[in-house]
Amino acid sequence: MPATYENIATTTLSTNGTTVNFTSISSTYTDLILVVDCSTTGAQDINLRFNSDSGSNYSRTYFYGNGTSALSARESNQNVLRALYTTTTRGVSIVQINNYANTVTNKTVLTRFGDSGNATAAGVGLWRSTAAINSISIFAISENFVSGSTFTLYGIKAA
Amino acid sequence: MIGNILGGAMGKVAAQGDYESIATATLSSGQNQIEFANISSAYQHLQIRGVVNSNSGAVDNIYMRFNSDSASNYSWHALSGNGTSASSAAGATDASMLICRVRGTGTNVSGFVLDILDYANTNKFKTIRSLSGFDENGSGELWFWSGVWRKSPIEAVSNIKISPSFGGATNMIANTRIALYGIKG
Repeated sequence: MPATYENIATTTLSTNGTTVNFTSISSTYTDLILVVDCSTTGAQDINLRFNSDSGSNYSRTYFYGNGTSALSARESNQNVLRALYTTTTRGVSIVQINNYANTVTNKTVLTRFGDSGNATAAGVGLWRSTAAINSISIFAISENFVSGSTFTLYGIKAA
Repeated sequence: MIGNILGGAMGKVAAQGDYESIATATLSSGQNQIEFANISSAYQHLQIRGVVNSNSGAVDNIYMRFNSDSASNYSWHALSGNGTSASSAAGATDASMLICRVRGTGTNVSGFVLDILDYANTNKFKTIRSLSGFDENGSGELWFWSGVWRKSPIEAVSNIKISPSFGGATNMIANTRIALYGIKG
């Protein structure tokens, strides 16, 4: 039986860096799961882009708890989708992209992340494109991912 | 820039059979209910993953029932965010489990991932957890759910029905895809 839950690609950084790219993603899966386990050289949003789209085509609704309050907020018409906020402590994010390869609907993205030095949070994002996702860029704007950060992309194949 | 990863160039295959696709429902037209029947008890947990679209144009609830049980045996708690405030809600004696909310807008869908833990155990009530939400670039909702099915005598889950209205007027429509997976312990 073909594998249903498959590790597509993984990287562990051996030096500090700003960007990790998953390219040429096969359209044969049903869903994608991206797991990011990283820290950065300073407090920083960790952002996603699909298919190198840098237009204002991303938005999200999210909530978070920071140990003092539970809050919800929204971002609209962004040129990135924020998946994680890290400081110099380690943060983990799990990003679920169901039906990523369909060419009829925009792409809905579910995220969960936690950073012990900051907050725990979840979000639902929207990439306003009906294109199948074939690449994912994960990047920090002004800080570096620290050596040892890992990025793993999984594919799930439905019957 | 570092770390260009070519899809498939470094892929590894997971252990065969630990996470298996059981069945998938993909709608090409309106349908009130999706049913997964005759679910094997061979797994440890079940996971349901999907995207949902509905026909009402309003924000619709999506419900789940186990083993066709429509009695008041479902309880749930939820944490939600609407972009303005975080809030909480609960249901104590409901006739179905609320698992997701969706606003059908054609090209936007609601996504969800739901886990049913120890679904085949006949000594425990069944616990579920779910993350779901939709965003519309200026509006949207995100929900964390947990729930329990309290039917007595306790049953293994062998049938799952998902519907926005169980016989009502609201349907799930084309671009809805819901898939059931089994996870072995």
